Amino acid sequence: MTPPDIAIRLSDVSKYFDGASGAAVDDLSLEIERGSIMALLGPSGCGKTTTLRMINRLIEPSSGTIEIEGVDVMGQSAQELRRGIGYVIQQVGLFPHRSIASNIATVPTMLGWEKPRIAARVEELTTLVGLDHELLDRYPDELSGGQQQRVGVARALAADPPVLLMDEPFGAVDPIVRGRLQDELLDLQTKVSKTIVLVTHDVDEALRVADRIALMNVGGVIEQLATPDELMRAPANDFVRSFVGEDRGLRRLALNMVSALRFHQGPVVEHTASHDDAERAWTAEGTEWLGITVDGRFAGWTRVADVRAARASGAALSEVERFDPIAQIEPTSTLRAAMELIMSSNSSAAVINDAGRFGGVVTLEDIRRALSSTEIEAADGTV
Amino acid sequence: MTSSPLQSSVVAQATNPIIRWEWVVEEWDQIWTAIVEHITLTVLAMALGLAVSSVLAAIALRHRWMMTPITASMSLIYTLPSVALFALLAPVFGNLSRWTAVLPLAGYTLLILVTNIVAGFQAVPPSVRDAADGMGMSPTRRVWTVDLPLAVPYIVTGIRIATVSTVGLVTVAAIIGQGGLGRLIFSGLRRAFWTPMTVGASLSIVLALVIDAVILVIGLWLAPWQRRRKAASP
Repeated sequence: MTPPDIAIRLSDVSKYFDGASGAAVDDLSLEIERGSIMALLGPSGCGKTTTLRMINRLIEPSSGTIEIEGVDVMGQSAQELRRGIGYVIQQVGLFPHRSIASNIATVPTMLGWEKPRIAARVEELTTLVGLDHELLDRYPDELSGGQQQRVGVARALAADPPVLLMDEPFGAVDPIVRGRLQDELLDLQTKVSKTIVLVTHDVDEALRVADRIALMNVGGVIEQLATPDELMRAPANDFVRSFVGEDRGLRRLALNMVSALRFHQGPVVEHTASHDDAERAWTAEGTEWLGITVDGRFAGWTRVADVRAARASGAALSEVERFDPIAQIEPTSTLRAAMELIMSSNSSAAVINDAGRFGGVVTLEDIRRALSSTEIEAADGTV
Repeated sequence: MTSSPLQSSVVAQATNPIIRWEWVVEEWDQIWTAIVEHITLTVLAMALGLAVSSVLAAIALRHRWMMTPITASMSLIYTLPSVALFALLAPVFGNLSRWTAVLPLAGYTLLILVTNIVAGFQAVPPSVRDAADGMGMSPTRRVWTVDLPLAVPYIVTGIRIATVSTVGLVTVAAIIGQGGLGRLIFSGLRRAFWTPMTVGASLSIVLALVIDAVILVIGLWLAPWQRRRKAASP
């Protein structure tokens, strides 16, 4: 019995290739939650691609069972199975002799959809993956690598399959395009909520896009199955440690959002506050700065010395000269972005701008404390 | 041969220029017949050659180990001197049978056609095949709608080379009484009357060029994506 939230389940799956000494995949069991992105990460020869290709039976397992939505993949014809699974590969594999529209329409055409329905679906997907509609009449060779990869994703999604298999999908494009495509994939996933299995050898890619990572070693052995943050925070063994690299702490910065921190008011008061309240605020924080909000919006920083002078001359808090906050971030920003901003703006804190309202401040000390404690774990604030 | 209408121009031998246009006008029916015959023999040989080489290529593609024996046999046929082959087959099928000419002509196309068909299918990018399979395309459908169209440019190139060489070889079949324009050439040579020879030779050259151009155009029409490839931005 497959639990209801599991879309893909591999049970004791092994694959031996003819003539190979050992198993390519040895007794692998893995459950993939519906609507999540699972990265199969590992060095070349670790069996990650073999594992992926066994799910749509491009490679037949030697033993074990693979179920999709509780149905054994061996229970239907391979062709029927594959038409219900999206498939994206590194070299994209677009049909060079067919127009972009016809490429996207491949699976619906095989499924015998009516022409108007196919045309409507192609238009819809073109918009979904952010392609220019003018490209639909072109041939694949007339498109850039990034555009081709978007067509590949659109083609895989054409018949709206619940499962998407991606084999090094962004490996053939340059790093800048890759980053953009990864962001687009995450954005797309919020709209389509597919169960995605993504094969990659790139730690950063796995950390960036996956909900969970299965880090595999040679022979299809899973060394650790964890969320990206767990993998960085608590590597299970030396293999994991050496594969993910030495800069795990820094990488976690990119994996966690500001919203995962405990929000912290900081030395900030409303502009109508009394001088006594203001003094309490900066004394409690031990700063030489005081933040001022106006109707809940952050209005700027003031110097404590200026506030004292204003008090002496009988001026109100709202009359003190304010400096624009350079470092402003949103709750969805990464800790890395927050840290970068704090350091490059030469301030001691960044102001959280939560949809226009003042949300608190973040200091370097807050970030350090968060990474060293279990605070983030509790919030499960992975990107 | 004595009943050949070519003898009507014997009087022209007194002055023997490279070409006598009166003869061309007078004997146009005969020239036209030769052109049609030349084209017919070429088309038949090519059709037969394509049919046989498609089967051989399919076998070679399915069973890799067959590739070497198949190309070796085709090379062997290719090395046989054409005159000798026509002469050997004449007693088998008879001088007047068209097959006596068509069979060897088809045989000579096989090496080029098989090689090009196989190369065409092998040139289909593995990623394209993988994607087709991964999307649940059946093997038969993939061969007809993906592999074959992508192999077309290679196959068309093979057909062009084979056709041009066949147009040339057809003239040699004149030694067994077939041969289209070749008969004009031979009869002109035999009687030292240059006009039929000039007409036959130049028309066979023109024919080769025209047929080549026609196939080229058909090939471009069949593979429109190839034309636009150069327009692609890097």
